Amino acid sequence: MIRFLGSRVLGMLVVLFLVTLFTYVIFFVLSPDPAVQICGKNCTPERIEQIRANLGLDLPFWQQFWEYISGLFTGREYVVAGAVVTCPAPCLGYSFQTGQLVSEMIVQRLPISATIAIGAAILWLIGGLIGGVLSAVHEGRFTDKFFAGLTLGAMSIPNYVLALVLQFVLVVALGWLPFPQAVPFAEDPGQWFLNFLMPWIVLAVGYAAVYTRLTRANVIETLQENFVRTANAKGLSSSLVWRRHALRPALTPIVTIFGMDIAGLLGGAVITETVFGLNGVGKLTADSISSNDQPVIMAVTLLSAFFVIVGNLVVDLLYTAIDPRVRTAARA
Amino acid sequence: MTGDNVNDTADDLLRVEDLCVEFRTAGGVTRVVDSIDFAVPRGGALGIVGESGSGKSMTSLAIMGLLPKGGAASGSIRFEGTDLLAQRESALRRIRGDRIAMIFQDPLSSLNPYYTVGVQIAEAYRSHRSGVSARAAKKVAIEAMERVHIHDAARRADHYPHQFSGGMRQRIMIAMALSMEPDLIIADEPTTALDVTVQAQILALLAEIRRDTGAGLILITHDLAVVSEVADRIVVMRGGRLVEKGSVEDVFSDPQHEYTRRLLDAVPRIDDEIGELRTTAIPVVCGEEKR
Repeated sequence: MIRFLGSRVLGMLVVLFLVTLFTYVIFFVLSPDPAVQICGKNCTPERIEQIRANLGLDLPFWQQFWEYISGLFTGREYVVAGAVVTCPAPCLGYSFQTGQLVSEMIVQRLPISATIAIGAAILWLIGGLIGGVLSAVHEGRFTDKFFAGLTLGAMSIPNYVLALVLQFVLVVALGWLPFPQAVPFAEDPGQWFLNFLMPWIVLAVGYAAVYTRLTRANVIETLQENFVRTANAKGLSSSLVWRRHALRPALTPIVTIFGMDIAGLLGGAVITETVFGLNGVGKLTADSISSNDQPVIMAVTLLSAFFVIVGNLVVDLLYTAIDPRVRTAARA
Repeated sequence: MTGDNVNDTADDLLRVEDLCVEFRTAGGVTRVVDSIDFAVPRGGALGIVGESGSGKSMTSLAIMGLLPKGGAASGSIRFEGTDLLAQRESALRRIRGDRIAMIFQDPLSSLNPYYTVGVQIAEAYRSHRSGVSARAAKKVAIEAMERVHIHDAARRADHYPHQFSGGMRQRIMIAMALSMEPDLIIADEPTTALDVTVQAQILALLAEIRRDTGAGLILITHDLAVVSEVADRIVVMRGGRLVEKGSVEDVFSDPQHEYTRRLLDAVPRIDDEIGELRTTAIPVVCGEEKR
């Protein structure tokens, strides 16, 4: 088990390093010169050179990359307009456009993204499992067809359209919900819930549809397994056959996908956050891309990669806990 | 049909009469078992023989009330006088596993990979006997495993199916069946997925359990050699119909039907001439034997 964990963590670090390298190449080497952007209009070549020197952009590529990497572990210093800005580890860079440390920007926004992602995940998991199991139980009958239509609709509607429709109906026309704002939970749990409800629904609908179909397919497939026939041949009650021999094997693979989906969303739900104007990591990503704020783009890319990789590891560990076959393999 | 003393029903554990199994498909109704009759006396062992698609597995699933979706059985299946086909699902669940147990062909896929074999053997016991503690049920499971000669059963009970070999898994299926001390065990191709030496062990085990518990046995197989070892009566099926039935000695020594004769002829013998391949084709049933 320790060897398994060790090799996985090692692999994880290698992947993270490679992602860092590639994003660095893409954003710092192939993009337009940040010094020119910082300099703005009325710029002299001498001034650009000075900015480049301040930022370390005149150094060779490997040296710049090394500074970035070592900054992640030990922190670094930037000279901004003559003053020294200390960027403590893990230093993800300094945004010259906003005049903020990138790590601070992310720390401010991460709770909002996490709230949206986890809230939506709970909704879509419950909705998807209920819809999927009901569809499977009533395979080919009305309920199944109803969910088939519903999921098709849910998968087809773009979530910015759904967001606008919901906003119009629930906020403008009916006045049932406030226009979403990032109310902290500690301040007012009730308002927190009402404010985040719409983003949760908008984000969850598409996932719930996918989970419904996945659950339906898994349950139907499992019901045809020989061990379900064995369970029936043993004369077990149908609830026991369902719980032990149908649902447990059918739902186990969904853990994998669920973990990966949450991990993907912790890096920001770009469309949902942007549509509702919620200042999460997703909106930060969209903003930084439109303003070409390279240190921020770089940092959010790394953050997403980090969550996906860690999510992967967590899923693998969970799998060893819930699937005895994987457990044996991990022990060996 | 020779040597069939039909009328002493009092001793019959299971009596199947005019059993038909039909499947409703998009293309209409397909009859896969066509009015067959047979009986298993208390403690008797019946072999049902036939090629793939002859309806032998469907016959056994009909007895268990476990036909796949779209399948329906008609006729009568009397188990100790009770017509199983007339029973409600809840009544069948009480009989299944407890009075009639079934052993399936592929032991790996027939065991749930997520639970230890001990749990899977014990759960039937706990379902059928009310007020049994988990500990007591586990004890029953371990005893059942010991009876099928699994060494170190107490420890092995906590293992998962994938940690056993094919023959061991089939022993576990058998342990599962006999843990309830059923009156009838239906074994559907119990040795087909196993290699030859293990086959022999499993057959010996089935014979031993039959002897010790006095349970009736229906052994479904395509392998005549298997039947001759374990069964005392035999039913030959083909294309859903019953071709021949009788005692094993009679059918083997003096087969009445052409199909049975050819089946017997297809069994390789140790005294056969070497280098000669028998290529007698067994004619297709449709059109030639059916009405």
